[in-house]
Order: sequence, then C-alpha cells, then structure tokens
Amino acid sequence: MNGYLAIVAARFRTLLQYRTAALAGLFTQLFFGFVRIAIFSAFYAASPSSQPMSLPEVVSYIWLGQATLLLVPWRIDEDVLQQIGDGSVVYELARPLDLYTVWFARSIAWRTAPVMLRMLPMFVIAMFVLPHDWALMPPSAAAFAAWLPCFAGAVLVSAALSSLMNVTLMWTLAGQGVPIIIGSLATVFGGLTIPLALFPAWSQPVLYAMPFAGMLDLPSRIFTGNLPPHDALYVIAHQLVWTLVLVAFGRWLLARGVRRIVVQGG
Amino acid sequence: MRDAFALYIRYIAIATRAQLQYRAAFVLKVIGYLIATGVEFLGLWALFARFGSLDGWKLPEAALIYGVADVGFGLSDGLGRGLDRFSGLLKAGQFDRMLLRPRSTVLQLLGFDFRLLTIGRLLQGTAVLVWASRFVAWSPASIALLAESFACTCCLFIGIAVLQATSAFWTIESLEVWSAFTHGGNYASQYPMDIYARWFRAFFTALLPLALTSYTPACAILGRAPLDAWHALAPLAGPLFLAASLFIWRIGVRRHASTGS
Repeated sequence: MNGYLAIVAARFRTLLQYRTAALAGLFTQLFFGFVRIAIFSAFYAASPSSQPMSLPEVVSYIWLGQATLLLVPWRIDEDVLQQIGDGSVVYELARPLDLYTVWFARSIAWRTAPVMLRMLPMFVIAMFVLPHDWALMPPSAAAFAAWLPCFAGAVLVSAALSSLMNVTLMWTLAGQGVPIIIGSLATVFGGLTIPLALFPAWSQPVLYAMPFAGMLDLPSRIFTGNLPPHDALYVIAHQLVWTLVLVAFGRWLLARGVRRIVVQGG
Repeated sequence: MRDAFALYIRYIAIATRAQLQYRAAFVLKVIGYLIATGVEFLGLWALFARFGSLDGWKLPEAALIYGVADVGFGLSDGLGRGLDRFSGLLKAGQFDRMLLRPRSTVLQLLGFDFRLLTIGRLLQGTAVLVWASRFVAWSPASIALLAESFACTCCLFIGIAVLQATSAFWTIESLEVWSAFTHGGNYASQYPMDIYARWFRAFFTALLPLALTSYTPACAILGRAPLDAWHALAPLAGPLFLAASLFIWRIGVRRHASTGS
C-alpha cells in the first residue's frame, strides 16, 4: 500500500511544478467561460419559459466546469503511452507492484494536482472579481459541505476511466483512437459542452445512468443548489458503483492484455 | 515559388503515406476525431431542441455558420500542426537545421507535421454543412463565397499558429494561452457573432478577424445580408492577417539565438 501512496505523492509533487502552464490554462479557461456564458445568456434571453436550470445556475455550472476541466479524462497519460509504445512496460510488470493499481495511483495524482492548481484561482476570480451576471454564485454552507465528498468521488470515477484508457493502449498500440473516443464521450456526457439537464427530457435517464455524469455534472448541480444537499448521498453512491464497475472491467481487460504481451529481446 | 509548392506537396505525400501504414490505428483515430467534433454539434442541436431559436437564428442557419467555421478550422488544423510543435523543435535546437536549408522556414514547418486524421473534423463539418445547405438558396456566387471563406478562415488560423510559434522565440515554451485564440476562436465563431457583447465582436473583427472570414460570408450565403462587394471582400482579412503574422515571424527569426548544443 505504501508503494502506491508514494507513487501518488511523487506524481502529485511533480505535477504541482507546472504552475506557469496552470496560469496560461487559466486564461484560456476564462476565455472559454466567457464565450459559453454569452451563448447561454442569448439562448435564455429568447426563451421566457422555465427551464430545468436557471441562468445563474448555468453560469455557476459553467465556471465549475472550467475550474475542474482537467478532471475529465480527455487526454492519455503520455508516460504510459510511451512505456507501452517502446515496450518498457515490462519493467513495470517486473516490479512487486500491481500494474493496474500503479496506473490508478498515477491517475489519482493526475486528476487532482493540475485541477487544484487551476481551481483555486478560478474560484476566486469567478466568485469575487467578475460582475454579478457573469459570476460564480457562492454556494450555501450545506451545498458546499455536500459538494466536497462528491468532488472526491468524481476524482475516483475519473481515475478509473483514465486507467481504463491506459489499458486500451495494449490493443491499439500506434493509435490513441479508443482513448480519443472515451475522452470525447466524457466531454459531452460529463456536462462540459452543455449541462446534462438541458438535453432533451427523454434522454435524461440514459445520460444520468452513465458514469460520466458523476464527474462534473452531478457534483456541480449539488454545488449550485440545483440539487438539494441531501441528494449528495445518491451522487456518491452513483460514483462509487461506477468506480467499482470500471475498476473491475479495467483489471479484467489488463489481465487479458498482459497474457498476450510478447517481449521482443535483443 | 513553384519549387516551394512542389516541395510542400512532397512533404504532404510522404506524411500521408507514413500515416496510412498503421491502417487500423488511423481509422480508429479518424473515428475518434469524428466523434470528438460531432459531440460539439450534438450540444448545439440539444440547445436548439430545448430553446427553439437563438436570438432570431434557427438551427439550420446556425448549423451553416458552424459548418463554415469548422471546415476552415479543420483545414488549418491539418496543415498547421508543425507550427504547433515549433517550441519543441526550438528547445531541441532542431530549428537551426531548418535555417540551414535554402527553403522558407515556415514552409518547412508546415511540412514537418501534416495530420491526415483531422479529416475526421473536416468530415463532420462537411456533414453539418451538407445538412444545413438544403435550407439555403445556392447560387454560383454564394458557392464561390463559401470556398473563399474556407480558404480565408484557414489562412487566419494558420496566421494565429504562426504567431504562436513566433512567441516561442521569446518564451521558448509555447503557452496554452494561444489555444484560447485557436480552439477558443473556433468555438466562438461556431455561433452567430451578433449574440456576443460589443467589445467581444470588436475583438473578433478588428484584431482577430474571425467574424470577417466566416460569419460575414455566412450571413450573405444565408441571404441575411446582400451579397455585395463588402461581403465578398471581407474574408480577405484572413490572408492579410497571415501576411502580417509572417512579417512578425521574420522579426522573430532575426532575433533567434539557438538554445541547442
């Protein structure tokens, strides 16, 4: 267990070094946030009928999405890609550590450090600097307290998906096709493109049954008060069930992948 | 000049052959990009399904604007990837090798990495356009304007990529700031520009003329504006922007002090 924790801690510290990148990313995410808010404001202005989310809720939802953008696994871990590409993944197999857990530990660090670097300044700017119509609404104490464990649950789902993306590389060696597909599904069905609640009503049961909803959409709705704080229990259950399923599937797939590895000596 | 063009075609031919070697991986990646960009449109569609219209725009009209912007960006995304990777080359000192060759540096960079798989984005943008075009009264003039808009939008985005690469002469590390202008610009120009605040539109007209290269011609194609000289000439802001970027690039090259060993 200590070995895995050491991996999380080491990766976390390494990733915290990229502060300039985080600052540059902050600018880009603010820009995207502005464009997104402008688009939703225009849609809401033309439609007086009531919607499942109010415009201020959508604005807050957008900022939460921009702040925790890197929680959504739309890129593959480059180190793992290289390891599988050049065969050095067999060194990983030779270690007295379980490969899946190593990848999961790396993913946990990867889904937290960059997010935290960007989230705090983004919250400050979106909550206190921006004018009222464009601002992230401060949550109620209860909503914030309920959001924290949901955020932790979102990290677990995201890490399980990231690990699964790593595993698929064992089949599509030269390509990242499957990870790109998983990443784009996670983007739209995680709620980054538009809030899931604004998709047609008939699609809601399907959207909320998928694992992606637990990464961004459900926690954000708790934060904005669109869902009452006690629904956090349901959100956390959703996240834990999906984490278990994804981990089990990833492990099974990895075991099959490892069985067919051929090491080319020389 | 003709020589340079022939060289560039050769670069692309080689890159194409190389990428088609891993056929299954290539097909998967194209499908991946098709889905990645397709879901963007899914979002647009869902919003129209819920709200009906956007500030007077109907879905087919918005789809045409989206398609025009996306095809132009898709072209530049395939052609200009080498510029995207410039900071890496600069750090490794590899740019010096390019300087030694008696050919344009920008041309070599463009040929350095040609991504065939952005065909995924192009397919998606084209599909949206084809669907939207059933609602448009086409004329030879508007078809010509559409082609002009593609080319000019592509020029503009390549111009941004040139500026991004140029900035690396000063910062060495290429900063993610630029993706606000490339991907962010593409995202913003997928929607009718008149929904944005005045300062935002001013930025996308005067400084980064995306409103001129894709939105203005799209309005004329949709019949929302007359197809007059202004609407026909506005997209030329794209090539002008590219020319200005290339000028700044030269300043950067003159300033270049190698980092390699």
